[in-house]
Amino acid sequence: MRFRRPGAVAAGTDTADPGRGLELRGVGHRYGDRVVLEGIDVTLTEPRVGVIGANGSGKSTFARLLNGLVVPDQGQVLVDGLDTRTQVRAVRRRVGFVFQDPDAQIVHPTVAEDVGYGLENQGVPADERAARVAEVLARHGLAGHADHPAHLLSGGQKQLLAIAGVLVMRPARIVFDEPTTLLDLVNARRVGDLIAGLEQQVVVVTHQLDLLHDFDRVLVVDGGRVVEDAGPGPAVAAYRTLMADR
Amino acid sequence: MTLALYVPRASAVHRLPAGLKLLCLAVLAVALFALPTITAAGAALAGVLAVGLLVARLPVAVLARQARAVRWWLLALLVVHALTTDLLTGAHVALRLLTLVLAAAVVTATTRVSEMVAVVETVCAPLRLVGVRPARVGLAITLALRFIPVLTERADRIRAAQAARGGSPRGVRALRTTIAPLLVQVLQMAHDVSEALDARGADVEPPRAAWRRS
Ligand SMILES: Nc1ncnc2c1ncn2[C@@H]1O[C@H](COP(=O)(O)OP(=O)(O)OP(=O)(O)O)[C@@H](O)[C@H]1O
Ligand SMILES: [Mg+2]
Repeated sequence: MRFRRPGAVAAGTDTADPGRGLELRGVGHRYGDRVVLEGIDVTLTEPRVGVIGANGSGKSTFARLLNGLVVPDQGQVLVDGLDTRTQVRAVRRRVGFVFQDPDAQIVHPTVAEDVGYGLENQGVPADERAARVAEVLARHGLAGHADHPAHLLSGGQKQLLAIAGVLVMRPARIVFDEPTTLLDLVNARRVGDLIAGLEQQVVVVTHQLDLLHDFDRVLVVDGGRVVEDAGPGPAVAAYRTLMADR
Repeated sequence: MTLALYVPRASAVHRLPAGLKLLCLAVLAVALFALPTITAAGAALAGVLAVGLLVARLPVAVLARQARAVRWWLLALLVVHALTTDLLTGAHVALRLLTLVLAAAVVTATTRVSEMVAVVETVCAPLRLVGVRPARVGLAITLALRFIPVLTERADRIRAAQAARGGSPRGVRALRTTIAPLLVQVLQMAHDVSEALDARGADVEPPRAAWRRS
C-alpha cells in the first residue's frame, strides 16, 4: 500500500481543506445546444482515479472541470473545498494538468526554461527556481538535456518534459488527459510508470486500459454521464460490455 | 529561415549579462557605420570570430549556417555596388553586413531565450504607462521562437502526407494546398497552447508578496 497524503504537497495559505478532494455536485455542461455532461455527482479522494469512455463521451470536458479550464454551466466543482468558478487561481495551484499533445504544452524553446515557466508565473525567485528545475529534470532523466532545444526531443521525452513542467509546481493533484495516446509502447510504459510513482493524487483519462490495472477507482463515462463507478476490474468489464453492444 | 539557438558552453561570453551583450551589439553596429573603412570592418569581423570561436567556443557550423543564410544578400550587395560604385565599396558593405550578422549570431548562441526576453521586458517596462504588459510581450517572443520549428515540422508532415498519396504540387499550388491544412492545425494548436498556458498559471499575475508562497 502506497502512502499518500494529497494535501501534504500543496503550497498556499488559502482556506482549502486538503481532505475534501475533488467534488462535483450536480454538474452539467453544454457547448451551445449540445449537452456534453449532465447529472455528475462524484467525490474523488482516492489517490488513483481513472476515467474511461468512448470518443466524444465527455471525458476531456470532465477532466477540464477539475482545474477550472472549463467552468460548469450547472452545479459546482470544488477542489479541497475551493470553487473552480470563484477561486480559479487557488484551484490551478492545487491541480496540475497534463494534455495529450506534448508539443502544445511546451512553451519555451529549451528544456530547462520550459520547466521553469510555471514557477516564474508563481513568482518563485530565480535561484530557487533553478534548483527546483534541476531537481525535477534529474529525477525524470532529463538532466543531460537542460539546454536542449525542445523541438529536438523524442515524443516520449517531450511528454516527460511536459509532466516535469507540471510536477515542478508541486500541485497536490494532477489530471492527465490521454497522456500516452501519442507515444509508442516503450514511452507509454515510461510515462505510465512515472504516473504510478507519483505521490500526488492523479486522475487519468485514457484509452489505454492496462494503465489502470492497479488504480483505486475507475469511472466509465458515456453520453455525458458516469455510468459505472467501481474498481478497475468491474469498470473495465462494464466498459467492454457497453462497447460490444454498439 | 535558420534560428540560431542557444549553444551551451561554460564561457565568459555565456556568463555576460544579456543586456550587456545586446548593448555591445548595438555599439558595434553604430561603430561600423561611424568608421566606414574596410579595415575597420575587417578588424571587427576578426574580433567577432575570435570572440565567437575562441572565447565562447561556438562550433564553426553555428556561424557558418548564419553566413550561409545571408550569402545571396552579400552577393547582391557586391554586384550592385560593383555596377553602380566600385567593387571595393561593395566588398566593404558586404563585409559590414556579414560582421553584424555573425555578431548577432554570437549573441543569440550564447544567451538563453529567457535571458533575452527578460531584457526585452525591462526595455518595454515604460510601455506599462500606455497599458502594455511587458510580460506579455516577452511571452509572445518566446512562443514565436518555440513554435517556428514546430510549425515547420507540421508543414513538412502535411507535405509528406500529400506526397504519400501521390500529390506533389509545386510552386504557388503547393503553397496553397499546404497553407489551408496548416492554418487549421495552427488554430487548433493555438487553442491547445492557450489552455496549457492557463493550466500553468500564465494569467496569474506574479504574487506581490512572499507570504503567498509561505
Ligand atoms: N470547445 C468545444 N466546443 C464545442 N463542442 C465541444 C468542445 N469541446 C468538446 N466538444 C464536444 O463535446 C463532446 C465531448 O467532448 P470531449 O472532448 O469531452 O470528449 P472525450 O470523451 O474527451 O472524447 P475523446 O475520447 O475523443 O477525447 C464532443 O461531442 C465534442 O465534440
Ligand atoms: Mg478527450
